[in-house]
Amino acid sequence: MIPLNWYLLVSAALFALGLFGVLSRKNAVAILMGVELMLNAVNINLLAFWRYRAPTESTGLAFAVIVFAVAAAEVAVGLALFIAVYRRFKSVAADEINLLKW
Amino acid sequence: MTVMQIVFLITAVVTLFAAFRVVTTPNMVHAALWLIVTLFGAAVFYALLQANFLAVAQVVVYIGAIAILMMFVIMLTRREMRDRGPQTGKQWPWAAVIAAAFFGGLVWLSQQAALPAAPQADVPKDSIAQLGQALVSPNGFVIPFEVASVLLLAALIGAVYLAWTRHQS
Repeated sequence: MIPLNWYLLVSAALFALGLFGVLSRKNAVAILMGVELMLNAVNINLLAFWRYRAPTESTGLAFAVIVFAVAAAEVAVGLALFIAVYRRFKSVAADEINLLKW
Repeated sequence: MTVMQIVFLITAVVTLFAAFRVVTTPNMVHAALWLIVTLFGAAVFYALLQANFLAVAQVVVYIGAIAILMMFVIMLTRREMRDRGPQTGKQWPWAAVIAAAFFGGLVWLSQQAALPAAPQADVPKDSIAQLGQALVSPNGFVIPFEVASVLLLAALIGAVYLAWTRHQS
């Protein structure tokens, strides 16, 4: 069988890559992609602990389902925001949206 | 080295390489395509963990809806096709340092705990039926389930309102 540690290492690496994307990218859609990577890493972690610790209960699965729903809602609102921002600034680069900066 | 471990290692390499390309490629459309590969790799991990329903839901919800929605928005928000320049800000070395430190911390933390090498029990055969009942039973997760549906409705209305074209008259 696959040790639980392997899953944790993969999801840690995926989370770190997502974090790097969020911190380094200019394009707002790319930042949202980094957030998606982080959410997926967390979900892999949740399901790995569910499988190895409490596979007879459905708690871990229910938690992952709720994470799915929240991720879908977040992406829908985020992308609608980017379209609204693009209409105003003709850009979705995070460093060009500086209306609140002085 | 069992078959499961070989499948796991191949999936891990593909997933992490695709995730790396998602955060580094300058072309946003390519980034979205690599994101689809990453999400598919996560679905393979769910299947390896015997979370069958979530593996299917990952393909349907993430790849079928979220990644395609991202593709639409990338194509709607491009400025005359010129997304060739550097797509990372000048702060990217700091971002790399922070991400590497975070990864190191997580690895250190996961080495501290005594983790099981194998699952303690098998997944029950009717785990999907159990999940379905738990999501709607008052002793289970009916309140988070209803809150999630209200959240999805609010996100739907909010997204339509935000992206609505207001015609100035």
